[in-house]
Formats: sequence, C-alpha cells, structure tokens
Amino acid sequence: MNVSAPPRFERPGAVGFTLFVAAAAFIIWSFQNSGLSLEHLERGFPAIIRVLGRMFPPDITDIDRILWSLLTTFQMAIAGVVLGLILSLPIAILAADGLSPHPVVKQAARGLIALFRTVPDLVWALIFVITVGLGSPAGILTIMVDTIGFAGRFFATAMEETDKGSREALASIGATRSGIVFSSVIPDAMPSFIATSLFCVEKAVRSSVVLGLVGAGGIGVELKVAFDLFEYDVAATIIILIFILVVCVEQAGEWMRRRVM
Amino acid sequence: MSAAQANPALGVVPSHAIRLAGVAKTFGDVPVFSGIDLTINTGEAVAIIGSNGTGKSTLLRALNGLNPIDAGSVEVLGASVHALKGDALRRLRARIGFVFQKHFLVSRLCALSNVIHGMQARRSGPQVWAQWCAPAAAREEALACLQRVGLADKAMQRVDSLSGGQSQRVAIARMLMQRPEIILADEPAASLDPRAGDEVMELLFHLSREAGRTLVFVSHDMEHAVRYSDRIIGLSGGGIALDISATEARPQELTGFFAKPAAETADRPRAVYSGAAAA
Repeated sequence: MNVSAPPRFERPGAVGFTLFVAAAAFIIWSFQNSGLSLEHLERGFPAIIRVLGRMFPPDITDIDRILWSLLTTFQMAIAGVVLGLILSLPIAILAADGLSPHPVVKQAARGLIALFRTVPDLVWALIFVITVGLGSPAGILTIMVDTIGFAGRFFATAMEETDKGSREALASIGATRSGIVFSSVIPDAMPSFIATSLFCVEKAVRSSVVLGLVGAGGIGVELKVAFDLFEYDVAATIIILIFILVVCVEQAGEWMRRRVM
Repeated sequence: MSAAQANPALGVVPSHAIRLAGVAKTFGDVPVFSGIDLTINTGEAVAIIGSNGTGKSTLLRALNGLNPIDAGSVEVLGASVHALKGDALRRLRARIGFVFQKHFLVSRLCALSNVIHGMQARRSGPQVWAQWCAPAAAREEALACLQRVGLADKAMQRVDSLSGGQSQRVAIARMLMQRPEIILADEPAASLDPRAGDEVMELLFHLSREAGRTLVFVSHDMEHAVRYSDRIIGLSGGGIALDISATEARPQELTGFFAKPAAETADRPRAVYSGAAAA
C-alpha cells in the first residue's frame, strides 16, 4: 500500500495567517517608530569607546566609602526581602487554590500580588520616596513590595502543586485547615520556597543598585553622582564592585539551591 | 484456620459501629452502586471485595465523608456522616482511622513528625505540626506508636528514605496516634510486595483486635480477605452481591466471584450474614 508522506508544515488557516502578517507588520512598525537607525549606531559607537576609555583605569581612591555604601545597599536588599518573604507566605496561602478560605479572598489576594508584580519597582520607589522620604526606608519598602509580587505568586503555585495525598490524609484525621497547611503543605513546598527566596535575594540585590537613581537609598546614588560629575573612573569602580556583588550572590544562591533541591 | 476463628472476642459486642441504608453513588451519568444496606458491628473485621469500578473505595471513603453520596444515609459511631459539616465532621473523623493504599505521609518530614500529625485528631496548633515543637508527652506517645509498628529506630529518618512497607507502617502508627475507634483501610497492601503486604495486614488486624476496634478494609487479595476478616462483602452489579462469614469462604471461590460477569454475580442470592459468633 502506498502511503503519501505527510506535509512538513500544516497549512495555516485564514485567521492564523492574518495574525502572523499583523504581528510581522507591528514588529516592523515598532522599529520604525522607535527611531533606531544605523546612523545612531555609527554615532554612538565611538562615544561608547570614548566613555569606556575614560573609565579605565578605575579610580579606587575612595573605595572605602564605596564598599561601605555597597554593604548598606546589600543590607537594604536583605531587609526588604526578609520583610517581603514574611508577608508573602500568608498572602500566598490566601491566594492558593484549595487553601484560600473563600473565592473572594482568593481573588483579592491574587489581585494584590498582581498589582505588586506588574507595577515596576522604580515606580514603587518613586511612590515611597514621596511618601516616606528619601533614603533606605523607601528602598526597603520598594524591595518588600517587589518581593511580595514575585514570591507571593510562586509560593502560591508551589503550595498548589504539593502532594494532595498527604493533605487528604490529614483531612481524614480531622486536622484543621491551618494544621494541614503547616504540617503538610509548607514542608512539602519548602524546597520551592527556598529556591524562590534565593531568587528574590538575587533580584533584590540587582534592584537595590538602581533604586538610588530615584533617591531610594543605596549605591545607586553614588553611581548617579559619579556620572553627573563625569567621574567615569569612579563610576567604573562602582560598576565593577556591583558586578562582583551580584555574581557572588548569584553563585551563592545557585550553590544553596543545588543543596536544597 | 482464619484469624477470625482464632479470636474468641468476636460477636460479643452487639451494637453497630456502621450502618448504611439505601446508599447510592453516581459519577456523572454512570451509577456506581445503589440501594446499599449494610450494618457492621462494633469490633467486627470486614473485608470489601469486588472488581475494579464496583465502588469499593468510593463506599469506604463515604464512611468518613471523604466522598459524598447521592442518596441514602451513612451512620458511623451514631452520627449521620453526610449531615455533618465543619467542626462536627472533623470531630467524627478524629474517631475514624484511615489507611490509604499509598501511605500519604509528608515525605520531607521524619517518621516521628508524621506520627505526631495523628494527634491533630485531638488538638490543633503548632505543637502538633512537627516533632521539634511537640510536647514531651506527645513525642513519647508517637515513639510508642512507632515501636508498636516496629519502627522506633527509624523515628528521626525522613519518610522518603523508607521502603514502601516501612512507610505504610508509619502511616499505621500515625493512625494509632489518632486513637481511633474504627479503622478503615483502602487496599493497604496493594502497593507492597507480598511479604510486606502480609505484615501490614497482620498488623492492622491485630491492632483492631487488641483494642476491640472495628476494621473495614478493601482488598483484591482473597487470602487477605479470608485471613484477616470475620466477614466478606462482595460488590458487583451496583450492589452487594456477597455477604458471607470469612470462615465459610475459600480464597479460590472468592477469586471465582471476580471471574463471573457482573449480571450473574448480581443475581446471586445473597447469603444472610448472622454475625461472627455464629461462624
């Protein structure tokens, strides 16, 4: 019996083809509308070389002050993450399928997490600078909110994916809802909680660096001042130290995740 | 000789632990069973057998309200299970131990913590969430339960490092910690090798006998059904097609029960069970 080979690609339908053409047209329009051209790249490239040239060698005369500022930034990140993680857990429980006490509560908790996640951290920083003033407290609150937006969602998902069997076993014993959550769901979800928390620390350290640009404390202020005063060699020192800090935190996080998972 | 025969304590407690009247269950448009009438006496050991899809587990889970029913009434320890909600249902469930086919332990916790969870039948709060925050008396009782199932030396071992048989025994220890009056077991030996399965069934049977607890278990193993029960209930054709004393049953005959078409077993005249004392 002769069997004809199937076509390599399925023929797109009219709707699919129209959507494809529309998406391609939008991408081309986006490039045109953003004004990016080869001329910009031609002009910008020598400028980048010039700035890089002025960055090296980095100026380390004031390294003590920069290191202290970096430590403060790191501490701001840690404080914000810890607060955020503590608040994430109850919000995530309220947002999780099968754990939330009521559908309205679940939707409210999910809405809060979505709000915290979708509004960018720099916008939260601006809001907190206006409300609590310039400095680290605004940065800590920003990182806290950002952490709730990130960890709240992942904590809820992790808890929803835990073993239903052990939950059912405890329900059959007559355990309370909180008993089931703390005896079964949280221990089961713990590896995922730790992995998410480590990602939050990494994210917060990266985020804390730029929060200073809008006055929310941290080493970002030093970086902005260095650029404003055209002290590119000082800026280079700050950027290199930030790079080392972020890489160290990521490596430590990766190592801890491997041990936990 | 069956274990039921060996135990003279049967049949001396006349009151019923479980009574079902006109119980029916449908999944979607598919009826599982209907018109189930059944009375199980206190201290009786009952095996429920039947082919896949006859509703054995569904019926068992209806006994503590884990599965809802569509019609009829389920009375356990004097309470109408499906009329209860919230705290009242939790209080009833606290008196009913349930051993699942898979152990359903919290795999990342140690055996001792899992056994302490059984105490949630009597109290709530952080003291019964894990062994490290439990009071000394609870830890001692949990250790005694583990000792009862022969696993005291594994108390601090994570349960995901235990064998299937050991895990099931930890689940039984958790059930013991609950201090239940009735033990329900849904194919507790099905996922174990024959030797571990025998050990688990032996343990469940003796735990029920020593404290006069009612035991109801679902099994596909006819040897287990005969050896560890006083009475065998067979489900087929949407109802109870068999209700006999375990001492009258032969494993080969029971195996034949499965081989017959559902319609034939459903039409079979139902033997009237007159209690283990009569056996």
